[in-house]
Amino acid sequence: MAIRRGRGVAAINYPTGMNLGGDPTQALVHSTPTGNFMVTLSSVDLGQGMKQIMAQICAETIGVPTDRVVVDTADTDTGPHCMGTFASRGTHRAGNAVIQAAKEARQVMLEVAAEELEVNASDLETDGQGNIQVKGAPQKSISIFDVALSAHFKRGRSISGRGMFLIPRSYPEKETGAMKPSTCYAHACTVAEVEVDDETGEVTVLTVKNVFEIGRALNPKMVEQQLVGGSWMGISHALYETTEPYYPNRDHGGTDFNQYLMPGPGDLAETEIIVLERPSADGPFGAKGPGEMCANPQIPAVANAVFDAVGVRIDTLPITPERILRALKARAAS
Amino acid sequence: MELRKDYFADVRKDGLNEIGQPRPRLDSPGHVTGKTAYFADRNFPGMLHLKMVRSPHHHARIRSIDTSEAEKHPGVVRVLTAKDVPHNVYTILILIQVGPEDETVLADGKVRWKGEAVVAVLAETERAAQEAAAKVKVDYEVLPAVFDMEEALKPGAPLVNEYHGQNYYLYDSGECRKVRFGDVEAGFAQADHILEQSYQSSPIEHAPTETTGCVVAPEGNDRFTCYTNTQAMFFTLDNASIILQMPGSKLHFVGGTVGGGFGGKVDVIVEPIAILGAKLTGRPVSFVYSREEEMQISSPRAAEKIVIKDGVMKDGRIVARKVTGYTDAGAYSRHSPYGAQKGAAHYPGPYTIPNVWIDTYCVYTNRTPSSAMRGFGVTIGDFALEVQMDKLARLIGMDPLEFRFINAYRDGDMKAHRQPTEGAALIECMQEASRAANWPVAEKYMAMSSYRKGA
Repeated sequence: MAIRRGRGVAAINYPTGMNLGGDPTQALVHSTPTGNFMVTLSSVDLGQGMKQIMAQICAETIGVPTDRVVVDTADTDTGPHCMGTFASRGTHRAGNAVIQAAKEARQVMLEVAAEELEVNASDLETDGQGNIQVKGAPQKSISIFDVALSAHFKRGRSISGRGMFLIPRSYPEKETGAMKPSTCYAHACTVAEVEVDDETGEVTVLTVKNVFEIGRALNPKMVEQQLVGGSWMGISHALYETTEPYYPNRDHGGTDFNQYLMPGPGDLAETEIIVLERPSADGPFGAKGPGEMCANPQIPAVANAVFDAVGVRIDTLPITPERILRALKARAAS
Repeated sequence: MELRKDYFADVRKDGLNEIGQPRPRLDSPGHVTGKTAYFADRNFPGMLHLKMVRSPHHHARIRSIDTSEAEKHPGVVRVLTAKDVPHNVYTILILIQVGPEDETVLADGKVRWKGEAVVAVLAETERAAQEAAAKVKVDYEVLPAVFDMEEALKPGAPLVNEYHGQNYYLYDSGECRKVRFGDVEAGFAQADHILEQSYQSSPIEHAPTETTGCVVAPEGNDRFTCYTNTQAMFFTLDNASIILQMPGSKLHFVGGTVGGGFGGKVDVIVEPIAILGAKLTGRPVSFVYSREEEMQISSPRAAEKIVIKDGVMKDGRIVARKVTGYTDAGAYSRHSPYGAQKGAAHYPGPYTIPNVWIDTYCVYTNRTPSSAMRGFGVTIGDFALEVQMDKLARLIGMDPLEFRFINAYRDGDMKAHRQPTEGAALIECMQEASRAANWPVAEKYMAMSSYRKGA
């Protein structure tokens, strides 16, 4: 009886978005009288930071700092339609809608600035700090604060825009299954190292090294929070979680966090996250949807590492100590 | 976390002002100081609490329901049964024309899983609602139940759901969603080795910090405001409108701040019945799942069974892959027919294989309906595919990582569901993993690229 060490690898890809009945999301953007920008949506922030990332996308597109943007979302009296926050679609679909709306608003903003500065709108650029200036002559400039006041009280313009992003419905071909179920794909490769106690069947995940390709890290800190959490969830799926431990038997289902097993802080592996960015053709600033895929490669990587350690295959999830011991026993008997 | 900017630098424009910047989240201070308002922070004067009477049986006919004792219980304001629900038989994907309607808001004549909602009790306090729910008498005739997908698919198995007429979802393509690419039998015939293996998972709970729920307030103008933690505002509003036969203009949904979803809050379960309660009593209604309900009543990730048969050459090329996937939907469809279809499009994984055959089934059993969860239709498939890849590599005596390079998809490769590969990056992820994990592979693999000249 011994503690045995093993390592395993897995590589995966993951589609962005759902496509059953078409995949639409809309956005509205408008400026306040003093040049702040409101993004109105009905997308849902699940805690992953949807509002923050929409603010950054709007700010980049209009050319203002992020703290000049406020996101008002998920009120059906004001927010235009969104399919919902799922299928790794939130940032991608809503982000594209916000870009389109913000571009339209930016154009009006530049037209008003052009009238104030008596130049052509096409000769103007934003400095990213809240000002609009003539290209090549930054001394000739006007603040967005003053442009918004002018639009509201003098020029009678609405600095606003409408955004719509729609992936049309794809009907799978009956006999061949030809279909376009999603758009850009994110990628990952994970290497997991485990220790398996062949006396108790207990698995300790020592390290997980995850490489994720996500199109574009729009906010690297938020990417990190999601990828680390996903990596943890993958380990949890591999080794611990189920509502029916003896499926298809319906008994023994956990009803609280004492009975439903998940790893605690002491069970977390040393986690490494490396991010590659190959911008997608249709993503907002190239972003793909990494929200779901980041929890997937750890499961087979851990399963393969368990085999590498003790030489038995557990092809049923979760990989519990009981299943490992039964497999070791069966192997010894044969 | 490390951003490796050297990969794909030629196709990426860095140096933007706001994008790519690690700005602090504007909502974090509210979250960590407890100031963020969630739906359950809404508390209205006179608010009622809704509790469900649930089926203790996996499959049973309801002979009769007696609510008289529950109605007399102190604090009880109203008791709802199936006849109170205007459009009681529904399915959420009907909004995008994926039917049939197959699920009851409140059970009518039959229960098909243990925990199914039968009677709703509205009372002044949670305790009164709970106590009254225990006084509802339901006379059941227990029926044979089926829990195993293979058993459910056999002739003569108990019929789980009469709205389908058989224990699987009927696609336009027949009993399963199909993908056919190349000639899989010819591929097997030419292969040096064949490996057929079976994989299985069990249902998994989303385990969000905040359980599913909503608070509904009747407004003075004949409208109802529903504060909810749904992941999909209009999806829920439009389904509630159908179930309640109430114009959508009468409904106002407010949400967007959710304590974790993971796909567990895309079903439309709590909102319609809570709005109905508010309409029939004229009072605000709160319906929030207990942790036990979240764990055993709300939809889990489906259990799946996946059989993979591969034909592989000694040089490492996979020449044929046949996948048969079974998704355990439980008693009702919810999003499962879509999950099984998504699986069909995902196989054979991120590899270029010339001959592919996929069948994915959505199977009904007498268990808690499953539905969407993070990685819907893909997560368990990836487990099966990537363990299978490890087995194949060992079968032909090849390093598992090198084996994946040989088969990895690249730009322009045709996928089995007939979409050309675009924006591939599997090879680069594996190259970086090789370095990071000190798992060396031959130089020719480190020199590979997802790009193809001219692609």
